[in-house]
Amino acid sequence: MPVTYKKIASVTVGAGGAASIDLTSIPATYTDIHCVFSIRGSQAQVYQQLQITFNNTTTGYSQRNLYGDGSTAVSNSLSGNHFFTDGVGANATVSTFGNGSIYVPNYAGSTNKSASLDLVTENNATLAYTQLYALLWSNTAAITSLKITAGSGTLNQHSTAVLYGISKS
Amino acid sequence: MTTKLVVDCSTGVVEEVELTEEELAQREADRIAFEAAEAARLAEEAEKAAKKAELLAKLGITEDDAKLLLS
Repeated sequence: MPVTYKKIASVTVGAGGAASIDLTSIPATYTDIHCVFSIRGSQAQVYQQLQITFNNTTTGYSQRNLYGDGSTAVSNSLSGNHFFTDGVGANATVSTFGNGSIYVPNYAGSTNKSASLDLVTENNATLAYTQLYALLWSNTAAITSLKITAGSGTLNQHSTAVLYGISKS
Repeated sequence: MTTKLVVDCSTGVVEEVELTEEELAQREADRIAFEAAEAARLAEEAEKAAKKAELLAKLGITEDDAKLLLS
């Protein structure tokens, strides 16, 4: 049976923290990629703002968001220099993390890139987030790098990211 | 010292690299932009909640009543 879901790389943030995790030199040999991450950051909020960037390019990002925060359901649209999502920030319950993933079909193709993102944050209080985002990167270049950046503060120790490659056969 | 973790997916090698001046400047610009956007979002939410409360008071109904009407 062919292996159709394969780990490409994984990384865990060390004791000093890190501003970002940069997954570079992503091989073009898969059909889709799937990046799974678990993040806690130092931002002084319940959430840790995260930015996701392809190929270190800061144009062409737009997203449709659907999220709940424990009391309200919200839908909105954003566009900007990166995709935006959240991890868990410094004000959330100690030792909790935000867990999410971004799935990019046809990442090495020559058309604009659509993607989906799902995420939950953990907090032992009412305020915690669930997010479902539809993403569009208006750029026809093959994706060769994916960066997860703390929009404010740094990514804490034990934050992880794992990149998988998915083949159609 | 602010660093980033760079993973070469072709080799699996992970390097901890210090941010350049340009990257530090970009981070600061992003932080300022985020804080402005966050303040605007919170203001919009507060305004929406105030308008909603005002309308419910004007109609003399509760939020649950309004939900029932719309169900």
